[in-house]
Amino acid sequence: MSVPLPYYLALSAVLFTIGVVGVLVRRNVIVVFMAIELMLNSVNLTLVAFSSFLGDVTGQALVFFVMAVAAAEAAVGLAIVIAVYRNKPTVHLDDINILKW
Amino acid sequence: MNLPITWNDVLALGPIAVVFGGTLLLVVLESIVRKASPLMFWVTVGVLAVAAGCALATIGVAGTAFGGTVLTGGYASYFALVFSAGALLVTLLSPAYLLKRATAFTEYYILLLAAVTGMMVMAASNDLVVFFLGLETMSVAFYVLAGFTRQSVTSNESAMKYFLLGAFATGFLLYGMALVYGTLGSTSIAMLRSSAAAHAGEPLFLVGLGLLLVGFVFKVAAVPFHMWVPDVYEGAPTMVSGLMSTGGKSAAFAAFLLVFGADVLQSAAPIREVMAVLAALSMIVGNILAISQTSVKRMLAYSSVAHAGYILTGVIAANADGANGVMFYLLAYTLMNVGAFGVLSILETASVENVRIDDLAGLSRTRPWLAGLMALFMFSLTGIPPFAGFFGKYYVFTGAIGAGYTWLAIVGVIMSVVSAYYYLRLVVVMYFQEGSPDQVGTATGIGLASLVLPAIALLALGLLPSTIVNLTMQCF
Repeated sequence: MSVPLPYYLALSAVLFTIGVVGVLVRRNVIVVFMAIELMLNSVNLTLVAFSSFLGDVTGQALVFFVMAVAAAEAAVGLAIVIAVYRNKPTVHLDDINILKW
Repeated sequence: MNLPITWNDVLALGPIAVVFGGTLLLVVLESIVRKASPLMFWVTVGVLAVAAGCALATIGVAGTAFGGTVLTGGYASYFALVFSAGALLVTLLSPAYLLKRATAFTEYYILLLAAVTGMMVMAASNDLVVFFLGLETMSVAFYVLAGFTRQSVTSNESAMKYFLLGAFATGFLLYGMALVYGTLGSTSIAMLRSSAAAHAGEPLFLVGLGLLLVGFVFKVAAVPFHMWVPDVYEGAPTMVSGLMSTGGKSAAFAAFLLVFGADVLQSAAPIREVMAVLAALSMIVGNILAISQTSVKRMLAYSSVAHAGYILTGVIAANADGANGVMFYLLAYTLMNVGAFGVLSILETASVENVRIDDLAGLSRTRPWLAGLMALFMFSLTGIPPFAGFFGKYYVFTGAIGAGYTWLAIVGVIMSVVSAYYYLRLVVVMYFQEGSPDQVGTATGIGLASLVLPAIALLALGLLPSTIVNLTMQCF
Protein backbone atom coordinates (compact mmCIF):
# COMPACT_ATOMS: atom_id res chain seq x y z
CA MET A 1 0.00 0.00 0.00
CA SER A 2 1.47 3.30 -1.02
CA VAL A 3 1.79 6.37 1.18
CA PRO A 4 -1.05 8.84 0.43
CA LEU A 5 -0.30 12.23 -1.17
CA PRO A 6 -1.14 14.46 1.87
CA TYR A 7 1.67 12.80 3.84
CA TYR A 8 4.23 13.85 1.25
CA LEU A 9 2.82 17.37 1.13
CA ALA A 10 2.81 17.66 4.92
CA LEU A 11 6.42 16.44 5.16
CA SER A 12 7.61 18.88 2.51
CA ALA A 13 5.67 21.73 4.13
CA VAL A 14 7.40 20.95 7.43
CA LEU A 15 10.83 20.81 5.74
CA PHE A 16 10.11 24.09 3.93
CA THR A 17 9.14 25.75 7.21
CA ILE A 18 12.31 24.48 8.90
CA GLY A 19 14.26 26.02 6.00
CA VAL A 20 12.48 29.38 6.31
CA VAL A 21 12.99 29.48 10.09
CA GLY A 22 16.65 28.53 9.57
CA VAL A 23 17.17 31.47 7.19
CA LEU A 24 15.50 33.86 9.60
CA VAL A 25 17.17 32.83 12.89
CA ARG A 26 20.66 31.56 12.00
CA ARG A 27 23.42 34.15 11.53
CA ASN A 28 26.18 32.04 9.98
CA VAL A 29 26.22 32.57 6.20
CA ILE A 30 26.96 28.92 5.44
CA VAL A 31 24.14 27.68 7.67
CA VAL A 32 21.71 30.20 6.13
CA PHE A 33 22.74 28.91 2.75
CA MET A 34 22.11 25.31 3.82
CA ALA A 35 18.66 26.34 5.05
CA ILE A 36 17.90 27.79 1.60
CA GLU A 37 19.00 24.50 0.01
CA LEU A 38 16.61 22.71 2.38
CA MET A 39 13.77 24.94 1.11
CA LEU A 40 14.62 24.09 -2.51
CA ASN A 41 14.78 20.37 -1.74
CA SER A 42 11.44 20.38 0.06
CA VAL A 43 10.00 21.90 -3.12
CA ASN A 44 11.57 19.03 -5.05
CA LEU A 45 9.79 16.57 -2.78
CA THR A 46 6.46 18.30 -3.44
CA LEU A 47 7.08 18.25 -7.17
CA VAL A 48 8.01 14.57 -7.27
CA ALA A 49 5.00 13.65 -5.16
CA PHE A 50 2.57 15.59 -7.37
CA SER A 51 4.26 14.25 -10.50
CA SER A 52 3.87 10.69 -9.32
CA PHE A 53 0.24 11.08 -8.23
CA LEU A 54 -0.80 13.00 -11.35
CA GLY A 55 1.00 10.54 -13.61
CA ASP A 56 2.62 13.50 -15.37
CA VAL A 57 6.33 13.81 -16.07
CA THR A 58 6.60 17.66 -16.09
CA GLY A 59 7.08 17.87 -12.33
CA GLN A 60 10.05 15.52 -12.42
CA ALA A 61 11.56 17.46 -15.31
CA LEU A 62 11.26 20.63 -13.23
CA VAL A 63 13.08 18.87 -10.37
CA PHE A 64 16.11 18.38 -12.60
CA PHE A 65 16.08 22.07 -13.50
CA VAL A 66 15.81 23.00 -9.83
CA MET A 67 18.79 20.79 -8.96
CA ALA A 68 20.89 22.26 -11.79
CA VAL A 69 20.01 25.80 -10.76
CA ALA A 70 20.70 25.02 -7.08
CA ALA A 71 24.16 23.78 -8.10
CA ALA A 72 24.82 26.99 -10.06
CA GLU A 73 23.63 29.07 -7.12
CA ALA A 74 25.85 27.10 -4.74
CA ALA A 75 28.90 27.79 -6.92
CA VAL A 76 28.19 31.52 -7.10
CA GLY A 77 27.11 31.77 -3.46
CA LEU A 78 30.23 30.11 -2.06
CA ALA A 79 32.38 32.24 -4.37
CA ILE A 80 30.72 35.35 -2.91
CA VAL A 81 31.36 34.07 0.62
CA ILE A 82 35.06 33.64 -0.23
CA ALA A 83 35.21 37.12 -1.82
CA VAL A 84 33.76 38.62 1.36
CA TYR A 85 36.08 36.56 3.55
CA ARG A 86 39.17 37.87 1.73
CA ASN A 87 38.27 41.46 2.59
CA LYS A 88 36.77 40.85 6.00
CA PRO A 89 37.48 37.50 7.70
CA THR A 90 34.00 36.66 8.98
CA VAL A 91 31.05 34.46 8.01
CA HIS A 92 28.77 36.03 10.59
CA LEU A 93 25.93 38.02 9.02
CA ASP A 94 25.77 40.57 11.86
CA ASP A 95 29.38 41.59 11.09
CA ILE A 96 28.60 42.25 7.42
CA ASN A 97 26.73 45.48 8.00
CA ILE A 98 28.38 48.56 6.47
CA LEU A 99 25.38 49.33 4.30
CA LYS A 100 22.38 50.59 6.18
CA TRP A 101 20.22 53.64 6.21
CA MET B 1 4.74 14.99 -24.17
CA ASN B 2 6.37 14.94 -27.57
CA LEU B 3 8.19 18.08 -28.64
CA PRO B 4 9.99 17.86 -31.95
CA ILE B 5 12.26 20.90 -31.91
CA THR B 6 12.95 22.33 -35.33
CA TRP B 7 15.17 25.10 -36.64
CA ASN B 8 12.02 27.19 -37.03
CA ASP B 9 11.67 27.21 -33.23
CA VAL B 10 15.20 28.50 -32.83
CA LEU B 11 14.75 31.15 -35.51
CA ALA B 12 11.45 32.23 -33.99
CA LEU B 13 13.26 33.08 -30.76
CA GLY B 14 14.77 36.06 -32.61
CA PRO B 15 16.38 38.45 -30.11
CA ILE B 16 16.81 35.74 -27.46
CA ALA B 17 18.80 33.61 -29.91
CA VAL B 18 20.92 36.64 -30.88
CA VAL B 19 21.79 37.60 -27.30
CA PHE B 20 22.39 34.01 -26.18
CA GLY B 21 24.58 33.39 -29.23
CA GLY B 22 26.42 36.61 -28.40
CA THR B 23 27.00 35.39 -24.83
CA LEU B 24 28.56 32.15 -26.08
CA LEU B 25 30.63 34.06 -28.64
CA LEU B 26 31.99 36.30 -25.88
CA VAL B 27 32.93 33.30 -23.74
CA VAL B 28 35.06 32.00 -26.61
CA LEU B 29 36.47 35.44 -27.50
CA GLU B 30 37.38 36.10 -23.87
CA SER B 31 39.90 33.27 -23.91
CA ILE B 32 41.45 34.46 -27.17
CA VAL B 33 41.77 38.25 -27.04
CA ARG B 34 44.14 40.29 -24.86
CA LYS B 35 42.72 41.41 -21.51
CA ALA B 36 42.87 45.12 -22.34
CA SER B 37 41.33 44.70 -25.80
CA PRO B 38 38.24 46.82 -26.48
CA LEU B 39 36.94 44.07 -28.80
CA MET B 40 34.69 42.53 -26.12
CA PHE B 41 33.03 45.89 -25.57
CA TRP B 42 32.35 46.45 -29.25
CA VAL B 43 31.04 42.92 -29.79
CA THR B 44 28.62 43.45 -26.87
CA VAL B 45 27.43 46.74 -28.37
CA GLY B 46 26.98 45.02 -31.75
CA VAL B 47 25.08 42.05 -30.31
CA LEU B 48 22.70 44.29 -28.38
CA ALA B 49 22.13 46.54 -31.40
CA VAL B 50 21.34 43.50 -33.59
CA ALA B 51 19.02 42.14 -30.87
CA ALA B 52 17.19 45.48 -30.70
CA GLY B 53 16.80 45.50 -34.49
CA CYS B 54 15.62 41.89 -34.45
CA ALA B 55 13.08 42.69 -31.72
CA LEU B 56 11.79 45.66 -33.70
CA ALA B 57 11.44 43.54 -36.84
CA THR B 58 9.53 40.72 -35.11
CA ILE B 59 7.22 42.87 -32.98
CA GLY B 60 4.29 42.56 -35.38
CA VAL B 61 4.10 38.77 -35.55
CA ALA B 62 3.10 37.15 -32.26
CA GLY B 63 3.22 33.38 -31.87
CA THR B 64 4.64 30.57 -29.80
CA ALA B 65 7.56 28.17 -30.22
CA PHE B 66 8.96 25.02 -28.58
CA GLY B 67 5.59 23.33 -28.19
CA GLY B 68 3.84 26.43 -26.87
CA THR B 69 6.25 26.99 -23.97
CA VAL B 70 7.85 30.17 -25.34
CA LEU B 71 6.15 33.31 -26.65
CA THR B 72 7.65 34.87 -29.76
CA GLY B 73 7.12 38.27 -31.35
CA GLY B 74 4.60 40.75 -29.96
CA TYR B 75 4.85 40.97 -26.18
CA ALA B 76 8.19 39.16 -25.98
CA SER B 77 9.72 41.31 -28.72
CA TYR B 78 8.50 44.54 -27.14
CA PHE B 79 10.24 43.68 -23.87
CA ALA B 80 13.30 42.39 -25.73
CA LEU B 81 13.49 45.87 -27.24
CA VAL B 82 13.23 47.50 -23.80
CA PHE B 83 15.97 45.24 -22.36
CA SER B 84 18.36 45.62 -25.28
CA ALA B 85 17.91 49.42 -25.30
CA GLY B 86 18.57 49.62 -21.56
CA ALA B 87 21.50 47.21 -21.69
CA LEU B 88 22.98 49.03 -24.70
CA LEU B 89 23.04 52.33 -22.79
CA VAL B 90 24.51 50.58 -19.73
CA THR B 91 27.21 48.96 -21.90
CA LEU B 92 28.15 52.28 -23.49
CA LEU B 93 28.56 53.90 -20.07
CA SER B 94 30.41 50.96 -18.50
CA PRO B 95 34.04 51.05 -19.76
CA ALA B 96 34.82 54.51 -18.36
CA TYR B 97 33.20 53.58 -15.05
CA LEU B 98 34.98 50.22 -14.74
CA LEU B 99 38.34 51.91 -15.39
CA LYS B 100 37.68 54.33 -12.53
CA ARG B 101 36.99 51.44 -10.16
CA ALA B 102 40.07 49.54 -11.45
CA THR B 103 37.94 46.54 -12.49
CA ALA B 104 38.04 46.69 -16.29
CA PHE B 105 37.70 42.90 -16.60
CA THR B 106 36.17 41.63 -19.82
CA GLU B 107 34.05 39.02 -17.97
CA TYR B 108 31.72 41.93 -17.21
CA TYR B 109 30.31 41.85 -20.75
CA ILE B 110 29.69 38.09 -20.68
CA LEU B 111 27.72 38.39 -17.44
CA LEU B 112 25.83 41.41 -18.76
CA LEU B 113 24.70 39.56 -21.90
CA ALA B 114 23.82 36.48 -19.83
CA ALA B 115 21.62 38.66 -17.61
CA VAL B 116 19.92 40.17 -20.67
CA THR B 117 19.31 36.66 -22.05
CA GLY B 118 17.59 35.75 -18.79
CA MET B 119 15.42 38.88 -18.89
CA MET B 120 14.29 38.16 -22.44
CA VAL B 121 13.44 34.55 -21.57
CA MET B 122 11.37 35.77 -18.61
CA ALA B 123 9.35 38.15 -20.79
CA ALA B 124 8.85 35.35 -23.35
CA SER B 125 7.79 32.63 -20.91
CA ASN B 126 4.56 30.78 -21.52
CA ASP B 127 5.44 28.03 -19.06
CA LEU B 128 6.48 28.28 -15.41
CA VAL B 129 9.57 26.13 -16.06
CA VAL B 130 10.76 28.52 -18.78
CA PHE B 131 10.07 31.50 -16.51
CA PHE B 132 12.10 29.87 -13.71
CA LEU B 133 15.06 29.26 -16.02
CA GLY B 134 15.00 32.85 -17.30
CA LEU B 135 14.75 34.21 -13.79
CA GLU B 136 17.72 32.21 -12.56
CA THR B 137 19.85 32.98 -15.62
CA MET B 138 19.29 36.66 -14.89
CA SER B 139 19.64 36.42 -11.10
CA VAL B 140 22.83 34.34 -11.01
CA ALA B 141 24.49 36.74 -13.46
CA PHE B 142 23.35 39.69 -11.31
CA TYR B 143 24.68 38.10 -8.09
CA VAL B 144 28.13 38.04 -9.67
CA LEU B 145 27.80 41.51 -11.23
CA ALA B 146 26.75 43.04 -7.89
CA GLY B 147 30.04 41.87 -6.40
CA PHE B 148 32.07 42.73 -9.48
CA THR B 149 34.31 45.36 -7.81
CA ARG B 150 35.63 42.62 -5.59
CA GLN B 151 38.22 44.68 -3.70
CA SER B 152 35.42 46.84 -2.33
CA VAL B 153 33.85 45.58 0.91
CA THR B 154 30.56 47.35 0.16
CA SER B 155 30.32 45.61 -3.22
CA ASN B 156 30.98 42.24 -1.53
CA GLU B 157 28.35 42.92 1.05
CA SER B 158 25.86 43.96 -1.60
CA ALA B 159 26.46 40.72 -3.55
CA MET B 160 26.08 38.65 -0.38
CA LYS B 161 22.79 40.28 0.61
CA TYR B 162 21.40 40.09 -2.91
CA PHE B 163 22.37 36.45 -3.21
CA LEU B 164 20.95 35.28 0.13
CA LEU B 165 17.67 37.16 -0.20
CA GLY B 166 17.35 36.34 -3.91
CA ALA B 167 17.80 32.61 -3.28
CA PHE B 168 15.35 32.84 -0.34
CA ALA B 169 12.73 34.43 -2.62
CA THR B 170 13.39 31.78 -5.28
CA GLY B 171 12.45 29.16 -2.69
CA PHE B 172 9.02 30.77 -2.19
CA LEU B 173 8.51 31.18 -5.91
CA LEU B 174 9.32 27.52 -6.56
CA TYR B 175 7.06 26.29 -3.77
CA GLY B 176 4.27 28.37 -5.29
CA MET B 177 4.98 26.84 -8.70
CA ALA B 178 4.90 23.33 -7.21
CA LEU B 179 1.50 23.88 -5.57
CA VAL B 180 0.04 25.48 -8.71
CA TYR B 181 1.38 22.55 -10.74
CA GLY B 182 -0.18 20.13 -8.28
CA THR B 183 -3.65 21.67 -8.59
CA LEU B 184 -3.60 22.28 -12.35
CA GLY B 185 -1.60 19.24 -13.43
CA SER B 186 0.37 21.47 -15.79
CA THR B 187 3.01 24.18 -15.65
CA SER B 188 1.64 26.06 -18.65
CA ILE B 189 0.99 29.75 -17.95
CA ALA B 190 -1.66 29.91 -20.67
CA MET B 191 -3.47 27.05 -18.93
CA LEU B 192 -3.01 28.73 -15.53
CA ARG B 193 -4.84 31.78 -16.89
CA SER B 194 -7.60 29.88 -18.67
CA SER B 195 -8.42 27.49 -15.81
CA ALA B 196 -7.92 29.90 -12.90
CA ALA B 197 -11.67 30.45 -12.54
CA ALA B 198 -12.34 26.71 -12.23
CA HIS B 199 -9.75 26.26 -9.46
CA ALA B 200 -10.30 29.57 -7.64
CA GLY B 201 -12.07 27.84 -4.73
CA GLU B 202 -9.24 25.41 -3.96
CA PRO B 203 -7.13 26.48 -0.96
CA LEU B 204 -3.99 24.81 -2.33
CA PHE B 205 -4.28 26.84 -5.55
CA LEU B 206 -4.68 30.11 -3.66
CA VAL B 207 -1.74 29.28 -1.37
CA GLY B 208 0.33 28.52 -4.47
CA LEU B 209 -0.60 31.87 -6.05
CA GLY B 210 0.17 33.61 -2.76
CA LEU B 211 3.66 32.06 -2.63
CA LEU B 212 4.24 33.01 -6.29
CA LEU B 213 3.20 36.54 -5.33
CA VAL B 214 5.82 36.62 -2.54
CA GLY B 215 8.52 35.69 -5.05
CA PHE B 216 7.34 38.27 -7.58
CA VAL B 217 7.01 41.06 -5.03
CA PHE B 218 10.59 40.39 -3.97
CA LYS B 219 11.89 40.46 -7.55
CA VAL B 220 10.09 43.69 -8.47
CA ALA B 221 11.32 45.24 -5.19
CA ALA B 222 7.96 46.21 -3.70
CA VAL B 223 7.00 46.49 -0.01
CA PRO B 224 7.30 44.39 2.21
CA PHE B 225 10.24 42.69 0.48
CA HIS B 226 12.14 45.86 -0.40
CA MET B 227 14.74 45.93 2.38
CA TRP B 228 17.51 44.59 0.16
CA VAL B 229 17.06 47.27 -2.52
CA PRO B 230 18.90 50.27 -1.02
CA ASP B 231 21.79 48.16 0.28
CA VAL B 232 22.26 46.30 -2.99
CA TYR B 233 21.92 49.37 -5.24
CA GLU B 234 24.34 51.36 -3.10
CA GLY B 235 27.01 48.68 -2.86
CA ALA B 236 26.88 47.28 -6.41
CA PRO B 237 28.82 48.99 -9.22
CA THR B 238 26.69 51.97 -10.32
CA MET B 239 25.99 50.80 -13.86
CA VAL B 240 25.05 47.33 -12.56
CA SER B 241 22.56 49.00 -10.20
CA GLY B 242 21.31 50.89 -13.24
CA LEU B 243 20.64 47.64 -15.12
CA MET B 244 19.24 45.83 -12.06
CA SER B 245 16.78 48.59 -11.28
CA THR B 246 15.54 48.84 -14.88
CA GLY B 247 16.05 45.59 -16.80
CA GLY B 248 15.70 43.35 -13.76
CA LYS B 249 12.55 45.11 -12.61
CA SER B 250 11.05 45.23 -16.11
CA ALA B 251 11.69 41.51 -16.65
CA ALA B 252 10.06 40.65 -13.32
CA PHE B 253 7.06 42.84 -14.18
CA ALA B 254 6.80 41.35 -17.68
CA ALA B 255 6.49 37.87 -16.17
CA PHE B 256 4.23 39.20 -13.38
CA LEU B 257 1.82 40.51 -16.01
CA LEU B 258 1.89 37.15 -17.80
CA VAL B 259 1.28 34.98 -14.72
CA PHE B 260 -1.10 37.29 -12.86
CA GLY B 261 -3.15 38.12 -15.94
CA ALA B 262 -6.68 39.49 -15.95
CA ASP B 263 -8.33 36.03 -15.64
CA VAL B 264 -6.25 35.04 -12.65
CA LEU B 265 -6.78 38.31 -10.77
CA GLN B 266 -10.50 38.39 -11.44
CA SER B 267 -11.04 34.87 -10.11
CA ALA B 268 -8.60 35.11 -7.19
CA ALA B 269 -10.08 38.18 -5.47
CA PRO B 270 -8.19 37.86 -2.15
CA ILE B 271 -4.84 37.87 -3.99
CA ARG B 272 -5.87 41.01 -5.87
CA GLU B 273 -6.81 42.82 -2.64
CA VAL B 274 -3.46 41.90 -1.07
CA MET B 275 -1.67 43.22 -4.16
CA ALA B 276 -3.59 46.50 -3.98
CA VAL B 277 -2.53 46.99 -0.36
CA LEU B 278 1.10 46.16 -1.22
CA ALA B 279 1.05 48.62 -4.14
CA ALA B 280 -0.25 51.41 -1.88
CA LEU B 281 2.34 50.58 0.81
CA SER B 282 5.15 50.54 -1.77
CA MET B 283 4.22 54.01 -2.98
CA ILE B 284 3.96 55.38 0.57
CA VAL B 285 7.01 53.70 2.14
CA GLY B 286 9.27 54.18 -0.91
CA ASN B 287 8.53 57.87 -1.26
CA ILE B 288 8.64 58.71 2.46
CA LEU B 289 11.96 56.92 3.02
CA ALA B 290 13.48 58.48 -0.12
CA ILE B 291 12.99 61.94 1.38
CA SER B 292 15.41 61.34 4.25
CA GLN B 293 18.30 59.97 2.15
CA THR B 294 21.58 61.82 1.69
CA SER B 295 23.16 59.44 -0.85
CA VAL B 296 21.83 59.85 -4.38
CA LYS B 297 22.02 56.10 -5.06
CA ARG B 298 19.98 55.26 -1.96
CA MET B 299 17.48 57.95 -2.88
CA LEU B 300 17.10 56.37 -6.34
CA ALA B 301 16.78 52.94 -4.69
CA TYR B 302 13.86 54.00 -2.50
CA SER B 303 12.33 55.81 -5.46
CA SER B 304 12.55 52.52 -7.37
CA VAL B 305 10.45 50.90 -4.61
CA ALA B 306 7.88 53.67 -5.11
CA HIS B 307 7.91 53.13 -8.89
CA ALA B 308 7.32 49.39 -8.30
CA GLY B 309 4.16 50.51 -6.49
CA TYR B 310 2.98 52.69 -9.40
CA ILE B 311 3.61 49.90 -11.92
CA LEU B 312 1.92 47.32 -9.68
CA THR B 313 -1.19 49.54 -9.83
CA GLY B 314 -1.31 48.88 -13.58
CA VAL B 315 -1.00 45.10 -13.04
CA ILE B 316 -3.84 45.13 -10.47
CA ALA B 317 -6.10 47.03 -12.87
CA ALA B 318 -6.14 43.84 -15.02
CA ASN B 319 -7.53 45.66 -18.07
CA ALA B 320 -6.13 46.85 -21.40
CA ASP B 321 -5.34 50.36 -20.10
CA GLY B 322 -3.46 48.95 -17.13
CA ALA B 323 -1.44 46.48 -19.21
CA ASN B 324 -0.56 49.13 -21.82
CA GLY B 325 0.36 51.45 -18.98
CA VAL B 326 2.70 48.88 -17.44
CA MET B 327 4.44 48.28 -20.77
CA PHE B 328 4.79 51.99 -21.54
CA TYR B 329 5.88 52.78 -17.98
CA LEU B 330 8.61 50.14 -18.02
CA LEU B 331 10.09 51.55 -21.24
CA ALA B 332 10.03 55.10 -19.86
CA TYR B 333 11.38 53.98 -16.49
CA THR B 334 14.22 52.08 -18.14
CA LEU B 335 15.27 55.16 -20.12
CA MET B 336 15.06 57.64 -17.24
CA ASN B 337 16.61 55.46 -14.55
CA VAL B 338 19.51 54.26 -16.70
CA GLY B 339 20.05 57.95 -17.46
CA ALA B 340 20.06 58.94 -13.79
CA PHE B 341 22.46 56.13 -12.83
CA GLY B 342 24.55 57.01 -15.89
CA VAL B 343 25.01 60.60 -14.70
CA LEU B 344 26.04 59.24 -11.28
CA SER B 345 28.54 56.82 -12.82
CA ILE B 346 30.17 59.76 -14.62
CA LEU B 347 30.27 61.95 -11.50
CA GLU B 348 31.87 59.20 -9.39
CA THR B 349 35.64 59.16 -9.12
CA ALA B 350 38.12 56.86 -7.40
CA SER B 351 37.84 59.08 -4.29
CA VAL B 352 34.11 59.91 -4.45
CA GLU B 353 32.60 56.40 -4.63
CA ASN B 354 29.22 57.35 -3.30
CA VAL B 355 27.85 60.68 -4.58
CA ARG B 356 25.88 62.54 -1.93
CA ILE B 357 23.20 65.07 -2.75
CA ASP B 358 25.34 67.88 -1.30
CA ASP B 359 28.20 66.92 -3.65
CA LEU B 360 26.04 68.14 -6.54
CA ALA B 361 25.85 71.77 -5.29
CA GLY B 362 26.79 74.19 -8.05
CA LEU B 363 26.99 71.44 -10.68
CA SER B 364 25.09 73.58 -13.20
CA ARG B 365 28.05 75.96 -13.49
CA THR B 366 30.90 73.45 -13.72
CA ARG B 367 29.11 70.67 -15.66
CA PRO B 368 26.13 72.35 -17.36
CA TRP B 369 25.38 69.40 -19.67
CA LEU B 370 25.37 66.77 -16.95
CA ALA B 371 23.29 68.99 -14.66
CA GLY B 372 20.78 69.65 -17.44
CA LEU B 373 20.43 65.96 -18.29
CA MET B 374 20.10 64.98 -14.63
CA ALA B 375 17.39 67.63 -14.19
CA LEU B 376 15.53 66.24 -17.20
CA PHE B 377 15.66 62.67 -15.82
CA MET B 378 14.45 63.95 -12.44
CA PHE B 379 11.51 65.80 -14.07
CA SER B 380 10.58 62.62 -15.93
CA LEU B 381 10.85 60.47 -12.77
CA THR B 382 8.57 62.93 -10.97
CA GLY B 383 6.06 62.59 -13.79
CA ILE B 384 6.01 66.15 -15.05
CA PRO B 385 4.67 66.53 -18.62
CA PRO B 386 5.81 66.58 -21.41
CA PHE B 387 8.24 63.82 -20.39
CA ALA B 388 7.46 60.12 -20.82
CA GLY B 389 7.25 59.50 -17.06
CA PHE B 390 4.02 61.49 -16.95
CA PHE B 391 2.24 59.31 -19.52
CA GLY B 392 3.41 56.12 -17.79
CA LYS B 393 1.68 57.24 -14.61
CA TYR B 394 -1.32 58.58 -16.54
CA TYR B 395 -1.97 55.20 -18.22
CA VAL B 396 -1.57 53.03 -15.10
CA PHE B 397 -3.79 55.32 -13.02
CA THR B 398 -6.43 55.46 -15.77
CA GLY B 399 -6.40 51.66 -15.80
CA ALA B 400 -6.81 51.52 -12.02
CA ILE B 401 -9.77 53.94 -12.09
CA GLY B 402 -11.37 51.92 -14.90
CA ALA B 403 -11.09 48.77 -12.75
CA GLY B 404 -12.72 50.44 -9.73
CA TYR B 405 -9.48 51.05 -7.79
CA THR B 406 -9.96 54.80 -7.57
CA TRP B 407 -8.49 54.93 -4.05
CA LEU B 408 -5.26 53.37 -5.35
CA ALA B 409 -5.00 56.00 -8.09
CA ILE B 410 -5.57 58.75 -5.51
CA VAL B 411 -2.80 57.36 -3.28
CA GLY B 412 -0.57 57.24 -6.38
CA VAL B 413 -1.21 60.85 -7.33
CA ILE B 414 -0.68 62.11 -3.76
CA MET B 415 2.56 60.14 -3.48
CA SER B 416 3.76 61.51 -6.85
CA VAL B 417 3.41 64.97 -5.35
CA VAL B 418 5.45 63.84 -2.34
CA SER B 419 8.11 62.43 -4.68
CA ALA B 420 8.47 65.86 -6.31
CA TYR B 421 10.06 67.02 -3.04
CA TYR B 422 13.14 64.83 -3.27
CA TYR B 423 13.50 64.71 -7.06
CA LEU B 424 13.25 68.48 -7.41
CA ARG B 425 15.48 69.04 -4.38
CA LEU B 426 18.27 67.53 -6.48
CA VAL B 427 17.55 70.07 -9.22
CA VAL B 428 17.48 72.91 -6.68
CA VAL B 429 20.82 71.80 -5.22
CA MET B 430 22.40 71.60 -8.68
CA TYR B 431 21.13 74.97 -9.89
CA PHE B 432 20.60 77.24 -6.89
CA GLN B 433 23.18 76.23 -4.30
CA GLU B 434 26.74 77.43 -4.21
CA GLY B 435 29.40 74.77 -4.15
CA SER B 436 32.63 73.66 -5.72
CA PRO B 437 31.97 70.25 -7.24
CA ASP B 438 35.44 70.04 -8.77
CA GLN B 439 36.24 66.67 -7.25
CA VAL B 440 33.48 64.93 -9.28
CA GLY B 441 34.25 63.36 -12.65
CA THR B 442 33.66 64.64 -16.17
CA ALA B 443 31.91 63.03 -19.11
CA THR B 444 33.62 61.52 -22.12
CA GLY B 445 32.09 62.01 -25.57
CA ILE B 446 30.60 58.51 -25.68
CA GLY B 447 29.27 58.89 -22.15
CA LEU B 448 27.51 62.15 -22.93
CA ALA B 449 26.10 60.72 -26.17
CA SER B 450 24.62 57.73 -24.34
CA LEU B 451 22.92 60.13 -21.91
CA VAL B 452 21.59 62.44 -24.61
CA LEU B 453 19.97 59.50 -26.43
CA PRO B 454 17.59 58.46 -23.60
CA ALA B 455 16.87 62.15 -22.92
CA ILE B 456 15.73 62.66 -26.52
CA ALA B 457 13.77 59.41 -26.40
CA LEU B 458 11.99 60.49 -23.19
CA LEU B 459 10.98 63.78 -24.77
CA ALA B 460 9.85 62.07 -27.98
CA LEU B 461 7.83 59.46 -26.06
CA GLY B 462 6.31 62.22 -23.97
CA LEU B 463 5.26 64.22 -27.01
CA LEU B 464 4.09 61.23 -29.07
CA PRO B 465 3.10 58.49 -26.58
CA SER B 466 0.67 57.02 -29.12
CA THR B 467 3.53 55.57 -31.20
CA ILE B 468 4.41 53.18 -28.36
CA VAL B 469 0.83 52.62 -27.21
CA ASN B 470 -0.09 51.52 -30.74
CA LEU B 471 2.69 48.93 -30.44
CA THR B 472 1.65 47.69 -27.01
CA MET B 473 -2.03 47.50 -28.02
CA GLN B 474 -1.14 44.85 -30.61
CA CYS B 475 0.42 42.64 -27.95
CA PHE B 476 -2.88 41.55 -26.38
